[in-house]
Amino acid sequence: MTNILIFIIVISVIATLVQIVRVSELLSEIKNKDVNEVTDKDNNTQGLLFLIVGFGFLIFVVWQMITWDHLLLPPASSVHGTQIDLLMKVSMGLIIVVFFITSPMLFYFAFKYRGKKSNNAYFLSHNNKLEVVWTVIPTIILTVLIIFGLKTWDNAMNVEVTESTKLIEVYAKQYNWTARYSGLDNKLGKANYKLVKGKNTLGVDMLDINSADDKMAREVHLVVNEPVLLKFRSQDVIHSAFLPHFRVQMNCVPGITTQFGFTPNKTTAQMKESEGEDFEYVLLCNKICGASHFNMQMKFIVETQEEYDIWIASQDNLEKKLLTQK
Amino acid sequence: MSEHHKENFITKYIFSMDHKMIAKQFLLTGMFMAVVGMLMSAIFRVQLANPGETSILYNLLPSTWLNDAGGLNPDKYLALVTMHGTILVFWVLTAGLSGTFANFLIPLQIGARDMASGFLNMLSYWFFFIATVVLLSSLFVESGPASGGWTIYPPLSALPQAIPGSGTGMTLWLISITLFVVGSLLGGLNYIVTILNLRTIGMTMQRLPLTVWALLITAILGVLSFPVLLSCGLLLVFDRSFGTSFYLSDIIINGEVLHNEGGSPILFEHLFWFLGHPEVYIILLPALGIVSEVISVNSRKPIFGYKAMVGALLLIAFLSFIVWGHHMFMTGMNPFLGSVFTFTTLLIAIPSAVKVFNYLATLWRGNIRFTPAMLFAIGTVSAFITGGLTGIILGDSALDINVHDTYFVVGHFHIVMGLSAIYGMFAGVYHWFPKMYGRMMNKNLGYIHFWGTFICAYGVFFPMHFLGLAGLPRRYYSNSAFPMFDGLSDINSLITFFALAGAIVQAIFLFNFFYSIFKGTKASQNPWKSNTLEWTTPVERIHGNWPGELPVVKRWAYDYSKPGAEEDFILQTEPLKDGEIEH
Repeated sequence: MTNILIFIIVISVIATLVQIVRVSELLSEIKNKDVNEVTDKDNNTQGLLFLIVGFGFLIFVVWQMITWDHLLLPPASSVHGTQIDLLMKVSMGLIIVVFFITSPMLFYFAFKYRGKKSNNAYFLSHNNKLEVVWTVIPTIILTVLIIFGLKTWDNAMNVEVTESTKLIEVYAKQYNWTARYSGLDNKLGKANYKLVKGKNTLGVDMLDINSADDKMAREVHLVVNEPVLLKFRSQDVIHSAFLPHFRVQMNCVPGITTQFGFTPNKTTAQMKESEGEDFEYVLLCNKICGASHFNMQMKFIVETQEEYDIWIASQDNLEKKLLTQK
Repeated sequence: MSEHHKENFITKYIFSMDHKMIAKQFLLTGMFMAVVGMLMSAIFRVQLANPGETSILYNLLPSTWLNDAGGLNPDKYLALVTMHGTILVFWVLTAGLSGTFANFLIPLQIGARDMASGFLNMLSYWFFFIATVVLLSSLFVESGPASGGWTIYPPLSALPQAIPGSGTGMTLWLISITLFVVGSLLGGLNYIVTILNLRTIGMTMQRLPLTVWALLITAILGVLSFPVLLSCGLLLVFDRSFGTSFYLSDIIINGEVLHNEGGSPILFEHLFWFLGHPEVYIILLPALGIVSEVISVNSRKPIFGYKAMVGALLLIAFLSFIVWGHHMFMTGMNPFLGSVFTFTTLLIAIPSAVKVFNYLATLWRGNIRFTPAMLFAIGTVSAFITGGLTGIILGDSALDINVHDTYFVVGHFHIVMGLSAIYGMFAGVYHWFPKMYGRMMNKNLGYIHFWGTFICAYGVFFPMHFLGLAGLPRRYYSNSAFPMFDGLSDINSLITFFALAGAIVQAIFLFNFFYSIFKGTKASQNPWKSNTLEWTTPVERIHGNWPGELPVVKRWAYDYSKPGAEEDFILQTEPLKDGEIEH
């Protein structure tokens, strides 16, 4: 019934429109002028509209920046993330400045040079000096940005891995994450997808000497100010491990091990103080992976060494979990 | 024209070899697909604003797409997103835009009777048409259409066990895109040959209108990159159907251990984006070409820095082939490679900036006539500025870490590629409608259409940047699974409101378009007082374009308001006066 009603309404709206347009065109025919000819009055109205709507848009942009500022991610909770935030501030500042110069120019020119039948445009086909200026200036600015960007990238990606860097594997499958800690030897035992069976959900090779002390968990605990190297694997399709608060993201690709090293520098407790009681660090999936892609998550907890020691001690190692417990 | 044959209904309207008719066929098919793609976005926007709730819009969907409660189900949400992307990128903004304007404008603006090969041109449309039918038919298969995203990354797209859409739906998608590529290659080769060989006397490359330059470069990009997509898709077909392992390795899916070893999904991404990035410019460049023409005509001024504009087009096209890796910063590829791609990507900002400044300089001290086409042309420049700038964030690998695949990306490419290109397309339709149909589109409806679209589009896409900066990933069926996104629901509702309003505004355009075809006021031969050759053809469209001899070109296309001339435009066929320098 509603469908029929909607259909009828749509048809009558179209019919009304046809009539209105028809009437206006007939009227102008009577007045002997072309309804679709752009008049000076049109130019005035449209030019003014560019000024009003154009600047309205700019105000809308400013309004969004003010109103939604509190919704944006808090400052980075990692060492390399702080540098990324700085680069972001600089780049964002720059594009905002350019945006607020060029957009108003566009809208203002549209208004200012709105046409008049009696006016003539100024014939100007090129001006080499000007063109050199606006090629060179962006080039210089971009050179600076590129150098700054590459340094930040290098700093984020090429982390030094030392003895003290904690190794943790993050394993993705439709639609959950599992973590594996490297244990006392800080070495992850080998794994192979063909060994995935029963409780050995990660396919860890228990014959490897490094496997026995590894630990599996459904959440990741990190020690504040201690470097960590996350190793990513996937069981089925491409997933992407996204930790927005740490400025960390890396795809998890079946058949390949990827990695991302970083140093968290704020504990969950500290973040709860500044961001509210509900705050949690969270790992999201950021590469389309199937129906429950939107709900594929794992909690990250950053804590002090003491808290971490207590938690990790409470977890069974793989030897106990896979080989002795039946 | 000597070989001019008698036309009946079928050869005139269906299997036509006249470039003008083929252009209209592309346009109408493109418009139809645009409506389909837009309705899809309306449906998933409703889901994002009111997760899980039912909506009257869902009546448009096959019933298998809904969950038990009558809401959209997650698999089908992804299917909608995938089909929306595929349709808009390939069907509307590639075929709809290039297909329409390359076919329509190239022969008319270079002074040719038709395309180099009318038959290949006809084939090009019919391959496209069959591709359309195949793609649409995939909406009705039981397991649903392809739903692994328009980028169809394997293994998701290779394994029906991973997502239902990767079954029959994906097979149809691959068949459809293969036909599509064949069609676009036939078209592209034709455009290149036509522009290089069939220019009329006097139409040197330096006198080509910028639209033709843009279409030429676009066609070259397409011819060089689409075959790579085809091979990329072919290998995927092998993996899906013949047990090869180009893209697959070490996979357990639904408890089943697959035998595939040694392949790499990253290989697929490299091949895909080798097309995928030039594709962005295949979409954008024709729009920029159209806008150059429309802005110059309606500012009554020559386009500022013609040579720089051509140079910028060439540079953008060249760079577009060496930046594809910026889609892949987070795949785990060597960070050094990431550095290289950051460098090349950010370089694109330079020719882009030159283009923007040249547009501004063209408007400066002009005598602007606001036709609906001109409004959309200015809209394109605005969108190109707004969306282009955020590219500086995304192209920087270090910053990409945290905005990659978030709504920031969605906002960015919808503005810079989606809006710029669709505004360019609207500008082209309003501007050349009189040439296409011999009638005028209604001006006032055009005004309403522009302002409605302009306001709604920014209302939809600008807030998305904030969602992205809040960390919200794209392609999420619902944002309710993470408490950190609870605060974003107001923004989502706002976006959905503008999206629906914007969709309704497009009805005004559709109405104006079809009304004007039949009832619009009759157009004069050169309604916009343009210089280019297409306006020297008679209003009645004839096969062969010019009734007598082909026009001979004596000057460039942009002599508007030239001092010493009687009127503020001089047709390209007008000889230079004694002592007059060309420009």
